Amino acid sequence: MADKFKVAIVGSGPAGMSAAGRAAESGVSHVLLEKADHLSDTIYKYQKGKFVMATPEVLPLRSPMSFQAGIREDILRTWDEQTAGHKANVRFKNEVTAIKGQKGKFELTVLGGPAVEAEYVVLCIGLQGNLRKVECAGADRPWVQYQLDDPDAYSDETIIVIGAGDAAIENAVALARQNKVIVVNRRDEFARAKQGNLNLITEAIDKGVIECFYNSEPKEIGDNFIVLTTADGEAKVECNRVIARLGADPPRRFVESCGIKFPSKDRAALPELSGSYESNVPGLYILGALGGYPLIKQAMNQGYEVVEFIEGRPVKPADEPLLEAKFANINAGVDETLQRIRQNVPLLSSLTTLQLREFMIDSTVHTPPRGDVIFARNDYTNSLYSIVQGKVGIQVNPTNPAEMIELGQGQFFGEMGLISGRRRTATIVAASDDCVLIETPRRSMIKLVNSVAAVKKVLDQTAMGRQIQTQLAPEVPTAELQEVVETAKIESHPAGTVLFNEGDQGDAIYLIRRGSVTVSRAIAGRNLVLSYVPAGNYVGEMALLSRAPRSATIKTAVATEVVKLDGAAFTKVLDKHPSLREKLENKYEQRMVENVRMEEAPESGGLIEFLVAQGVGEATDVLLIDESLCVRCDNCEKACAETHGGTSRLDREAGPTFASIHVPTSCRHCEHPHCMADCPADAIHRAPNGEVFIDDKCIGCGNCERNCPYQVIHMAAKPPAKPGLLQWLLFGAGPGPGEDLGAKKVKSDSPKLAVKCDMCKDLAAGPACVRACPTGAAIRVNPEQFFAMTIRG
Amino acid sequence: MHESVLVYRRFRYLKWAVTLTVVSLLAYIFHSPAEPANGGTWLGYTLGTIGVGLIVWLAWFGIRKRSYANPEIKLEDWLSAHVYLGLSLIFVATLHTGFQFGWNVHTLAYVLMMLVIVSGAFGLYAYVRYPKLMTENRRGVSLDAMIVEMAEIDRETRELGAKLTDEIRDLVFDAVENTRIGGSVRRQLESGRSGRTVAAIARIREIIPLPSREQTEDGRRLISLLTRKNELVLRARNDVMYKAMMDIWLYVHVPLTFALLASLIAHVIAVFFYW
Repeated sequence: MADKFKVAIVGSGPAGMSAAGRAAESGVSHVLLEKADHLSDTIYKYQKGKFVMATPEVLPLRSPMSFQAGIREDILRTWDEQTAGHKANVRFKNEVTAIKGQKGKFELTVLGGPAVEAEYVVLCIGLQGNLRKVECAGADRPWVQYQLDDPDAYSDETIIVIGAGDAAIENAVALARQNKVIVVNRRDEFARAKQGNLNLITEAIDKGVIECFYNSEPKEIGDNFIVLTTADGEAKVECNRVIARLGADPPRRFVESCGIKFPSKDRAALPELSGSYESNVPGLYILGALGGYPLIKQAMNQGYEVVEFIEGRPVKPADEPLLEAKFANINAGVDETLQRIRQNVPLLSSLTTLQLREFMIDSTVHTPPRGDVIFARNDYTNSLYSIVQGKVGIQVNPTNPAEMIELGQGQFFGEMGLISGRRRTATIVAASDDCVLIETPRRSMIKLVNSVAAVKKVLDQTAMGRQIQTQLAPEVPTAELQEVVETAKIESHPAGTVLFNEGDQGDAIYLIRRGSVTVSRAIAGRNLVLSYVPAGNYVGEMALLSRAPRSATIKTAVATEVVKLDGAAFTKVLDKHPSLREKLENKYEQRMVENVRMEEAPESGGLIEFLVAQGVGEATDVLLIDESLCVRCDNCEKACAETHGGTSRLDREAGPTFASIHVPTSCRHCEHPHCMADCPADAIHRAPNGEVFIDDKCIGCGNCERNCPYQVIHMAAKPPAKPGLLQWLLFGAGPGPGEDLGAKKVKSDSPKLAVKCDMCKDLAAGPACVRACPTGAAIRVNPEQFFAMTIRG
Repeated sequence: MHESVLVYRRFRYLKWAVTLTVVSLLAYIFHSPAEPANGGTWLGYTLGTIGVGLIVWLAWFGIRKRSYANPEIKLEDWLSAHVYLGLSLIFVATLHTGFQFGWNVHTLAYVLMMLVIVSGAFGLYAYVRYPKLMTENRRGVSLDAMIVEMAEIDRETRELGAKLTDEIRDLVFDAVENTRIGGSVRRQLESGRSGRTVAAIARIREIIPLPSREQTEDGRRLISLLTRKNELVLRARNDVMYKAMMDIWLYVHVPLTFALLASLIAHVIAVFFYW
């Protein structure tokens, strides 16, 4: 005879635990079934002391359980206490193996406990699924383990780590502090890992701290050894412990066996859910990561809400007040507005309601009056705007603001800044009285583009067409460019790729939409760099116009995306529009003159080549020191430390030098900042003037430090305060301004946080390092301008 | 794009300084006081006041240099003005004296001022001359990297030396132990190769060929390592010397400035209260 309940909750993660708490609190008969012997297995398996984030910060928590950012242990303890406090009915070591039946009478088969019968089932088993096991003889030995709680608990052992994902790398690196670690990687590289982890493991292997067997798999695990099949045959390695981090089998098969349908076979596909999280099986609800909501806070809110839905108490989602506040300036209800956005903006029409809500929480709604500037040319903002209603005008001609192209309802703008990471190319003004615009920050947009394929496609296609028109052929009507746009292709290339070689046949034109390239030519057996071409320009027109082989080699300076235009299609447009041909020919002649001049001054080309090799090509602002003027007084470093809480963000002496131009170790404020890519606290931003800075949300995780290829970010504790100038000057209270703190520095007990150059964005007069240089040796420049001046001589 | 202190803003402060000098000179030439020219005439007072003002303002540079957060300061601007107006002080102050010198506190202030200016002029010379030499000398290698390489060579030469004869071993150990980079002020200001290493190389060249072919080869390798080491010693010592040259004058310039300020106060008080 099965135990009967109104609600059966499967899985005790944040969603399930919160649902059980809410059910217990409101007296609903329930049971929480958990296959492990503790709550929230996924978080339980985090590394010891791991800092757990509470994002999105603005979202209020609605749950009988409390939750705030903190370390794993504190969070788990709180949940244990509160679950007990609410007297939630939890059955540990009860694994649900099958769910049958329908609303009103579901039957759950349970391994490890009595069967359960319930009117409703809430499924919140997460995505972790079942850990993949090592498949070889001896895999069941007790010293083969699949998780690692505390790497510091092991010392002086030889430990084999199997796997090449983030978990394996994090474990291996942490264990290597006290143990000999050998990584076994099935492939010849760590392709699945995050960039930061990739840097860590590569460095550790290069330095010999960690040994790695590539293209290898375990064949047999014995008493104190493991046999590996490697590319060079079998290898027997003695070891004390094996830790396998091979990922997990997604729980999809189990979910499908319950009758739940997925929209596609795609592994990343999510089950279709109603606004109240009900699946296609009535009475069966799906919450948390399994339903596409991986964040703890979201899942906890859903746990609360689902009990309310089951109890027939309609409840607005927790983010409702946030959206209401956002939509306050357009005087319309949340549901109505969301509906309108979806109807009016094709870019967002493929989003589910829940996705759209999340998207809108990150975004801002603007209702600018006619004539208001939305953003100005050369601003360094990189958000994307969608037009829900009304019209905006793009000022295409900087010298004549009246010359405008209009964009109407449903279109979007600002994508050029988003793609190229550069300054806005044109000023946009509101062109009607009823404008309603959505502004979405870069981070949310990138997340959306990466998760919804349809959005990426629409964005890319539109951006490509627009770029061809604005940068190459503004005088040609859109309709006549159709063939060119249709035959155009977007290509992405890593740094150092040759787009074409001098002497190659070909007539394609390349529009650079992201990154930059160098133009070079072989002269007297040497490859001489003639110029540097950044995003927003084109190359390859010379061969098209002259019908001769390529006259120079084009190589990407950094990771670059180009739009490749078909030569034949473009020639047709040229034949119809002599003025366009003339413009291109002018450009052609100008380039020829510049090239000849550069050939006469090979040292300038050498300088460009050197700077590009230093990654200056992706910089927006770089500190360059003329060593023939620099008196090595380090006043730049002192000024930096004095204006930034005692820690200098630049190292004058470090860094390479070429022909007296020295590139010190200092932030270049990259177009697509590497540091921003993986900041869990979303603490790194780009200011309107282009400065990339870290705000006080930094949690000191060190991801940015690892991700920066230029070593300009470091982790530092705030040093103690210094005496003032007069105190030092008159009374000898040290250390004085610009003087080192010496040993005192070490004593600081404040936490280590990431520090980097913010280009003194809060000082009106500009960077302190440059202002403090007594001899004019230090300048901060935009590389594009610097290269242009180098070329002009 | 880089602009040196001397040409800063198209010689703006040079123009100011020349104007001040020329006006002072003309005033001095056309001024015909009843008494012999001295600091007590109206022109003398005027020039003296300008001089005191300039000295205090020039000394204020030390404060300005440390006012890192002050948004109005571009230090190069101040340094350029400091250099040119400081040099013009030679004329202003000398004309102020009316060429009346003696063994007194007034002339002491003048002499101290001239010493400050001369030390500053040397500083300017050092700032113009040494940065370029330093860069060329380094050839893109930092001093730290040179020292690391030297230590590596030291280790290798000791090992080789120990494998050969006792005499060679002692020569190598002696050369390694007694080669210093930097140290006292005098050492920092001198450069040159290591004498002991030169001697060791010469002596080893005399001794080889050694009995076995292998030993001779090792000996030759030792010579080449020691030669490489000595080139590094020269470059490292040059580096230290250039840096010292750029720093040392400040140890004269700044204390003398304080002495000047003190004697200047004495001079002014003496003139007003006891003349």
